[in-house]
Amino acid sequence: MRRIGYWTRGYGERDAASVTRTTWQAWLLTDAPASRGQAAWGRRYRLWRDFSRNPLAMAGLILIVLLVLAVAFAPLLALQDPAAQNLPQRLAKPSAAHWLGTDELGRDVFSRVLFGGRVTLGMVVAIVLLVAPFGLAVGCVAGYAGGMADRVLMRVTDVFLAFPRLILALAFVAAIRPGIPSTILAIALTAWPPYARLARAETLTIRGADFIAAVRLTGASATRIVLRHIVPLCIGSLIVRVTLDMSSIILTAAALGFLGMGAQPPSPEWGAMIATARRFILEQWWVPLVPGLAIFVASLGFNLLGDGLRDVLDPKQR
Amino acid sequence: MSRLRTFAAAASSVPITLFGLVLVTFLIGRVMPIDPIIAIVGDHAQNDVVEAARLQLGLDRPLAVQFWLYVKLLMQGDLGRSVMTSNPVTRDIAQYFPATIELATVAILIAVAIGIPLGVLAAVRRGSWVDHGVRVFCLAGHSIPIFLLALIGLLVFYATLGWTPGTGRSDVGLEGMVPDVTGFLTIDALLARDWESLRDACAHLVLPAGVLAYFSMAYIARMTRAFMLDALSGEFVITARAKGLSAARVIWRHAFPNIAVRLVTVLALTYAGLLEGAVVTETVFGWPGLGQYLTISLLNADMNAVLGATLVIGLSYLLLNLLADAAYRLLDPRVR
Repeated sequence: MRRIGYWTRGYGERDAASVTRTTWQAWLLTDAPASRGQAAWGRRYRLWRDFSRNPLAMAGLILIVLLVLAVAFAPLLALQDPAAQNLPQRLAKPSAAHWLGTDELGRDVFSRVLFGGRVTLGMVVAIVLLVAPFGLAVGCVAGYAGGMADRVLMRVTDVFLAFPRLILALAFVAAIRPGIPSTILAIALTAWPPYARLARAETLTIRGADFIAAVRLTGASATRIVLRHIVPLCIGSLIVRVTLDMSSIILTAAALGFLGMGAQPPSPEWGAMIATARRFILEQWWVPLVPGLAIFVASLGFNLLGDGLRDVLDPKQR
Repeated sequence: MSRLRTFAAAASSVPITLFGLVLVTFLIGRVMPIDPIIAIVGDHAQNDVVEAARLQLGLDRPLAVQFWLYVKLLMQGDLGRSVMTSNPVTRDIAQYFPATIELATVAILIAVAIGIPLGVLAAVRRGSWVDHGVRVFCLAGHSIPIFLLALIGLLVFYATLGWTPGTGRSDVGLEGMVPDVTGFLTIDALLARDWESLRDACAHLVLPAGVLAYFSMAYIARMTRAFMLDALSGEFVITARAKGLSAARVIWRHAFPNIAVRLVTVLALTYAGLLEGAVVTETVFGWPGLGQYLTISLLNADMNAVLGATLVIGLSYLLLNLLADAAYRLLDPRVR
């Protein structure tokens, strides 16, 4: 009897658990959602299930989350002030006091790499915030308006696409002054054209859709149609593009720093750190390699994440 | 006929893009805070000398007139004089560009030789560990900063193993031994039948070209995989398999020719991208090419040289893009 009671209790509990789980899953996965919110969350949940099934994409997500946390809590995690010099301890090997050794001025490499992440991620976020809305606006306007506006805007886009990104950024930075603000401006100047192209292509496919014609019949203005009906549909592919572009932006910023045209040396920017430490590559190889690995990990994280997102959000391109 | 016409339509946009390219470089050259005159006459020049230089350069005239003069000189192949080398920029570029082309060409050969087979293999074994391995390899190629790879390459293959020579294009002892005919050291050595110089030039090429090739290799492999998956799902492939052809024959004789045209397009675009990577690679390897010329001019604020090099690279980029487009339109009968 006891045994039966045990089983029944067990079953009951398990049943209750599985019922509660299936109810919210069922609510999300239903074929007949009762509200727009339910449909939207259901779609998001399905995308998440697809996404989380891809181990590479999840690895990318975890890398990026760790990176963001490390950068956010850099002052707590750092072993010492990234600018504190200690000349007797210069070029020390990795040890308990200096987890990743010290550089040519005795500064702690681990702390500098952490704070360097702030510089890099800050630049990346600034560039994306400048570039994505601008490219989206240019592309949507060109695609929806068509005609002369389209031709002029796309010609300008083509001119900027005609330069290799790093070369144009280099010339631009040289003309103003090397530093973080000009790096952001220079990369932004070279990064927007692909977004404009993408948004235009998406707009062209959406423009002729029946629901747009229906909205137009109800008397909606062109501005309203673009902002409320076209832009939201471009966001998906834009997110994929932004994530994949992050790594390219990180690499360009690091290359500018490495060539002496980006962030300037006292700043713990990763590219600039490698540039000052590259002469120690043969003896104290960890000094230039650690920031290099940081660039690699950050860039790889965004690439893995973007790749996974593309599979989920943009299955045509797989 | 119609194919030629669509190509002509595509080519007709080139002059406008070209004009934009020149305008952008011109404007970049004019917004700089470094006074171009001080760079020429020096910090301590008398006022009348500065004024004379300003008049001589036409900097007192309206911007539109200056632009017109700039374009006129450009048409005559005059990009101004480099302050650093005191040579005309055009001559400097003619001297440095072949080294970059040589490096980029060897790099793309390496990238094709490894990238295409990898991409085909990944497509044929889709979903297997080979496919995942290729995918990770490609993503790593897109993620690694090229200067880090170059430094690791020097550390491992030059400093530790001693398999390759160090930086530069040739050994000091062999420098200038080969008469300069084409500017490509390997071809010049071949023409002069100087086998020692040829061997040395090749040895110096391997590491920088290999480093430069990785990024393009990743891109080529990825595109090959995507194209190949597309081709392998075609009905003609099913037919070929049903006829009992061997797997190798189906892949290389039936599926591959169908993706070749699209691959040519990818190659032209990749080659254009290599010019960009060459800037960083050349800096690390002390390779006397256009990229190193550009970075040295940048650090010396030698604006004529910077803009000249930028314009030449932009122009090559544009031409290669046009070539990619042309190859696609002319070779693929499905594009009309």
